[in-house]
Amino acid sequence: MNIVVCAKQVVDVGEIKVNPSTGKPVLEGIPKKISDIDKNAAEEAIRIKEKLKGKVTVITVGSEDARERIKEILAMGADDAVLIVPPEGADYHVISNLIAKAIKDMGQVDLVLCGEASIDMFSGQMGPRIAGAMDIPQLSYAFKIDAEAEKITAERNMGDKRVVSESTYPVLLTVTKEINVPRLPSLMQILGSAAKPIKVLKAPDMNVPDLAPKVVLEDVKGLAMNRKNLIFKDDLDQAVKDLAENLSKDGALG
Amino acid sequence: MVFVFSDNEKIAIEMLAKAVEISRELGSKPSAVVLGRDGQEKARKLVAAGASVVYLAGQDMDEIKAEEGSEILHSICKEVDPPLIMIGSTKTGKEIAPRLASLLDAGLSTDSRKLYVRDGSIVTERIVYSGNGVATERFASKPAIVTVQAKTYDPLPPDDSRGGEIVTKDIAPREYGSKILKVESMVSEGANVEDAQIIVSCGRGFKSSQDLKLIEDLAKSLKGYTLGCSRPIAADLKWLSEDHWIGLSGHKVKPKLYVACGISGQIQHVAGMRDSGIIVAINKDENAPIFKVVDYGIVGDLYTVIPKLVQAINEKA
Repeated sequence: MNIVVCAKQVVDVGEIKVNPSTGKPVLEGIPKKISDIDKNAAEEAIRIKEKLKGKVTVITVGSEDARERIKEILAMGADDAVLIVPPEGADYHVISNLIAKAIKDMGQVDLVLCGEASIDMFSGQMGPRIAGAMDIPQLSYAFKIDAEAEKITAERNMGDKRVVSESTYPVLLTVTKEINVPRLPSLMQILGSAAKPIKVLKAPDMNVPDLAPKVVLEDVKGLAMNRKNLIFKDDLDQAVKDLAENLSKDGALG
Repeated sequence: MVFVFSDNEKIAIEMLAKAVEISRELGSKPSAVVLGRDGQEKARKLVAAGASVVYLAGQDMDEIKAEEGSEILHSICKEVDPPLIMIGSTKTGKEIAPRLASLLDAGLSTDSRKLYVRDGSIVTERIVYSGNGVATERFASKPAIVTVQAKTYDPLPPDDSRGGEIVTKDIAPREYGSKILKVESMVSEGANVEDAQIIVSCGRGFKSSQDLKLIEDLAKSLKGYTLGCSRPIAADLKWLSEDHWIGLSGHKVKPKLYVACGISGQIQHVAGMRDSGIIVAINKDENAPIFKVVDYGIVGDLYTVIPKLVQAINEKA
């Protein structure tokens, strides 16, 4: 079973602050990590490999500094990685086509796993776009997977419905955070990951015909929450009175 | 033809109001697609809501499979050549829209909350970085595809006298290697957090499911309440069904009053409730991030604070 996991390096959104003078979110100096749900996808891929034998390849699109983060997934048990450096201003259209091409160039791939969405942008576009570009079936929002040699079954969270689907290979699945708890690699595994290959591909060398973005990101403004921020503490009898008084003044008590 | 599609009829009707407006600017007409059974009846409602044309397709499908849904939409788009496609941001919409975008080699912006035409280009705004930023995106190609959440637009008043064409399309999708084996309704306790005016929410600060009675007491003292919760309560502990779950991958809510009890305020939770009128939090950890986003907060053990607060509110009322 040849498995591909798509994993994105993201800024830790919990650490983002808005610069009060420019009104823009500050991204420089914010710690980076592999998007949480992509780690769940990696864990699932490694579990399937352990059950059915085969190989797990990580694909990341991003800057060269993503190497360090990719090693975390290699340490978890993935075998090798491909790092694709995208052109400036690449959008989902460009990136999904680059990933689909990289997978195609790998030869036979049976299973592609993605997180349902990345925690920075939360668009959820990449999985279905890659499946579309590869013209293979897609099973989204899987919270339980049972992979067998000839077919794969997934229980999927479709909002007000729970849908059980199955597919033959090749197929792409997106997973939710509930599917598993990603393992913490041992020290030996972390050391061992340094020897696993990371192949770097530059977009212009990949023979993808259309590298022009369909959507142009014009601007990102910070979104400050303007709240009263009155915090009551210590004397709890007084605190509840103060809160009830304020809510009553605001007309929130009906 | 501006195109509207959602498996959720309410969102389709809301989006049509916007489609009517933006069609005028684009010199186009609002239209809608209905997939699945009972299309005629649904189509009439969409005409009353503003659609000039409604396409019916996939009439024999009980469930919409993403591969088939996107293939059918793709085939209609090829014929009609829409400048703009609006898709309701349900789970089904969110798995169809990117696949359709891929088939059309088109741009897609998800959860668009503003949409307008500037110098002939379609521009949209969406929330990024878990609520820390608003991105402005311009479409550089046609068609533009957006997904739209519930309640982004106010529906037009239904007008049954409005004329519209209903066109049946006979499109048989290809065979795919996937199939749906079983569909179950999620265990629902009938909570409708998206329509609620007052929401009292619980998080990991509660030690057991029995203790949720505490917030029910608080909720009852606030009239017309609905219970909400953070991710772990619905997804991991399963103390409440998923229709209570508020957050980035749960429901997004905007009640007049939101009371968070024992919720630390992970950014993914805040993203689901940041548009609330008044936000209140009760948490024993003074440094919990929830306190940065509230109007009022009480630092204290919720097991002590909630009974006291219920009493204080009852005295006020």
